[in-house]
Amino acid sequence: MFDAHPDLTEAVVHGLGWLYVILFVMNAWWTVVAYRRGTHTRVRLFGLLEDGQEVPTAGFWALYSALLLMVAIAHFQVTGSYAAENFLIRMPEWLKVWIDAVIADPVAYFTLSVVGFAAVILLREWLVRPTVAWVLLNVALVFMALSMTDFDFRQIVGKPDNVPIVAMLFILGFFTWLYFRRAVENDRRIAEGRPLFEQEDNEKVLVWPDLVYTELICMVVLSVVLVAWGIVLQAPLEEPASAVKTPNPSKAPWYFLGLQEMLVYYDPWLAGVVFPSLILVGLMAIPYIDFNKKGNGYYTFKERAFAVSVFMFGFLPLWVAMIILGTFLRGPNWNIFGIYEYWDVHKLEVLNNVNLSEWFWLTLMQTQQPQSILVRELPGIIAVLAYLIILPPLLAGTVFRRFFHRMGFIRYMVFVNLALLMAALPIKMVLRWAFNLKYIVAIPEWFFNI
Amino acid sequence: MSVGDYIRNSQIWKSIFRHPAPYDRRNRVVVMLTNFFLHLHPVNVKQQGIALSYTWCMGGITFFLFLVETITGVLLMFYYRPTLEWAFNDILALRDVQTLGIMREIHRWGAHAMVITVWLHMYRVFLTGSYKPPREFNWVVGVLLLVLTLLLSFTGYLLPWDQLAIWAITVGSNMARATPFLGSEGPGAQLLNIGGYDLITSASDARFILLGGRFVGEATLNRFYILHCVAIPLVVAGLIAIHFWRVRKDGGISQPL
Ligand code: HEM
Repeated sequence: MFDAHPDLTEAVVHGLGWLYVILFVMNAWWTVVAYRRGTHTRVRLFGLLEDGQEVPTAGFWALYSALLLMVAIAHFQVTGSYAAENFLIRMPEWLKVWIDAVIADPVAYFTLSVVGFAAVILLREWLVRPTVAWVLLNVALVFMALSMTDFDFRQIVGKPDNVPIVAMLFILGFFTWLYFRRAVENDRRIAEGRPLFEQEDNEKVLVWPDLVYTELICMVVLSVVLVAWGIVLQAPLEEPASAVKTPNPSKAPWYFLGLQEMLVYYDPWLAGVVFPSLILVGLMAIPYIDFNKKGNGYYTFKERAFAVSVFMFGFLPLWVAMIILGTFLRGPNWNIFGIYEYWDVHKLEVLNNVNLSEWFWLTLMQTQQPQSILVRELPGIIAVLAYLIILPPLLAGTVFRRFFHRMGFIRYMVFVNLALLMAALPIKMVLRWAFNLKYIVAIPEWFFNI
Repeated sequence: MSVGDYIRNSQIWKSIFRHPAPYDRRNRVVVMLTNFFLHLHPVNVKQQGIALSYTWCMGGITFFLFLVETITGVLLMFYYRPTLEWAFNDILALRDVQTLGIMREIHRWGAHAMVITVWLHMYRVFLTGSYKPPREFNWVVGVLLLVLTLLLSFTGYLLPWDQLAIWAITVGSNMARATPFLGSEGPGAQLLNIGGYDLITSASDARFILLGGRFVGEATLNRFYILHCVAIPLVVAGLIAIHFWRVRKDGGISQPL
């Protein structure tokens, strides 16, 4: 081991011990819940018990809780740096290597986030079950706890400005789950012709006390949270500003890292100016594009499957997942690093991307590139124009036929152009990965690269 | 007569609160109508409209965080001086010396939290379809609030004047250089010239206006300070007023028909 810093210190191990205590308390509570519910599971023990044996589900949770408690105690037993360095409960090395290999590859990362997103939608009826959600929460927390045993992981996740982002992931997961739970419930009710969840027990109540008190409690709880957060975690303050010492990597504030990530694929005029403006215009246009009258004022998925899927796709894999990528995986020289990887300034990544015009003239036509800029870039210009001009009518006659009829010409054109431009990001990503494509239209002379 | 009753029957108390304590139904209605702060709300609402599992309380939390940021921000303004000489040192002193220096911590975490809650609020409004008629315009107002919240956070990021601050703002504002037509390295900027004399140069483009210079310097600090502490908060406060007014006028929180 040539590592200058030990992976684990006593303080870290004890801190993790507390995390397991919290996990234990959570699961002890869950055990009680499961016991009250009185559900049973049939256990066959791989065929050893022939007919299987009915076991109370709470039993499993009790076992698991006990295990967590023992793990927690094991953490508190550790004293001294030698014991800490050789502590056994940690993320196994082979798993780290494997996870890093997947996560530090943009293709795998993006594919995984899209597949995960699709899985959430397809498996929603299964995911909304409380037990499933609880198991997933446990997996996420245990994964965090085990990962914390890695020095480099702690470095990046423990940066004060990054803590809220980790918290956001859990909160976002929870609310997405809550949405699907309510939506699946309502979709079932609609299918059976029963009234919606929101229509039951929907009497008028007085704002004082019903709402005013809720607000008051919310405010008190939030104040306590903020003060506690301020005491526990110090706001970051680095060295005084210096115009000559450029940090590597230089990152925008975290909520803009999705945009900074776009810079890898598009030039600043698109990624930094045009696309952000289009995101805002697109958001504002939503109420005027969505002609579906249903799903106003209650949670549903089936009645607005397309709208919800598109919005979620934009928000989860394209916005949030890119922020995660930018925050946790982008290191020096804007290279991608695994979550357990050391940020090596000298890591080299070969970049030999080619422009469409180079490929077209040099490889395909086997000639020199033409002198005239416009002729040189003609293939790319045609491709872009075809994408934006030929596709809309083509789609209007095929996939989006129903939309075109319901929306009318102007509304449809706004919708389809926004949708195509939104799709432009993943398309360019895929082109980059699959063909090393740099620019579709490359006119650096005019700062006009697409 | 108990002390409490004595106070409640005094002329001073009665001059402030125009109604008896809200113990019975009538006075619970009256309190909502006569109290300036409470009359933001209607007198009664549908139960599901205020259910936490429906609204997630995210709009309310965002508003609360805006208030927290305003209060802690004003306290910080008493102390902090936006000059190259003092900005960093003042923040350092807030951390190490000042008694109420925790205001800075709360202000920063509150800002992060507000960005997150405003996203979640938008997420919930989308998922309940609350942007549909008659609430289209309030969604548009909301998008403006979203942008301004991000800009508030962005302009505030520079004020500690540490490495994190200036380089994040440098990276962010470099984009402005590439604005089509208006940035010195943007497509089309070369077309804007009079007799071969370029109108858009690095000393006159969008980035220059944003930063007040060719790079992030004292003029930038001053500009961002004023945007952060005066200009944007005023606009946000105005828009929030419109936003709340519209929530009421559009028929309260959305409900199934
Ligand atoms: C500073 C930012 C914002 C504040 C303080 C704020 C505050 C609020 C509050 C308190 C409500 C009442 C219901 C609730 O709490 O959910 C509300 C409703 C609403 N907000 Fe916002 N909001 C903000 C940003 C946004 C954004 C970014 C959007 C959307 C893009 C938005 C769109 C709406 C709509 C359409 C409603 C009506 C919802 C309904 O009737 O169900 N707001 N807002």
